[in-house]
Amino acid sequence: MAKIYSKKALASKDLKPKKEVVSFLLSYSQALTIVKIEDKSFEIIAN
Amino acid sequence: MADLHIPDALLVKNYVEGNESALGTLIKRHESKIYGFIYSKIADRDISNDIFQDTFIKVIKTLKSNSYNEEGKFLPWVMRISHNLIVDHFRKTKKMPMYRETEEFSIFSIMSDDSLTIEGKMIVDQVEIDLKKLIEELPDDQKEVLVMRMYQDMSFKEISELTDVSINTALGRMRYALMNLRKIIDKHQIILTN
Repeated sequence: MAKIYSKKALASKDLKPKKEVVSFLLSYSQALTIVKIEDKSFEIIAN
Repeated sequence: MADLHIPDALLVKNYVEGNESALGTLIKRHESKIYGFIYSKIADRDISNDIFQDTFIKVIKTLKSNSYNEEGKFLPWVMRISHNLIVDHFRKTKKMPMYRETEEFSIFSIMSDDSLTIEGKMIVDQVEIDLKKLIEELPDDQKEVLVMRMYQDMSFKEISELTDVSINTALGRMRYALMNLRKIIDKHQIILTN
């Protein structure tokens, strides 16, 4: 059988981030409001 | 399942207009590609999760502040953000190469000090003194040209003007000076090296 000299690819189609990470991002997005005043922007995070 | 038919650009537009669920759809659609890309470079699950999170925090902030322009496509844009964060990660964790002294490997094989040793300095000084003595042995006209050229860094034009001879004569005197120096060195078998 032919040898495979290339490194094993690390990327796999099944790889997914943790559920907690996705859930955090969705909550963060809901809580975040960005207000722009003139050339400044303010980030407001609602509890 | 209807979400699958909505293009990214429309989901982005909906999200910017306040539809929070559009973000969930975008993340679900691209999470494995983006996370897989990060993991292929980092090879560590936890760090990859952190970079994935930081990537989307940037995405969210950019979209919420209306700074995103739909010139490129959504996925390549997110990939570019994650790529930059990966580069930042490697920059932060970049370590200085460490060498450890072993029996087979001496640290001094890669470290060197180019400055002269005390002995080397003494040899150079001695050579300099010997050479000056030899120059003193030369006929005056040749000595004059050699000193002006080598020690005072004058051009042959300047030497010829100062000594009131032609450039060719100055060049000839220099040539004879060097030939005579070599003769004296050979005759007395003087070693002028360090």
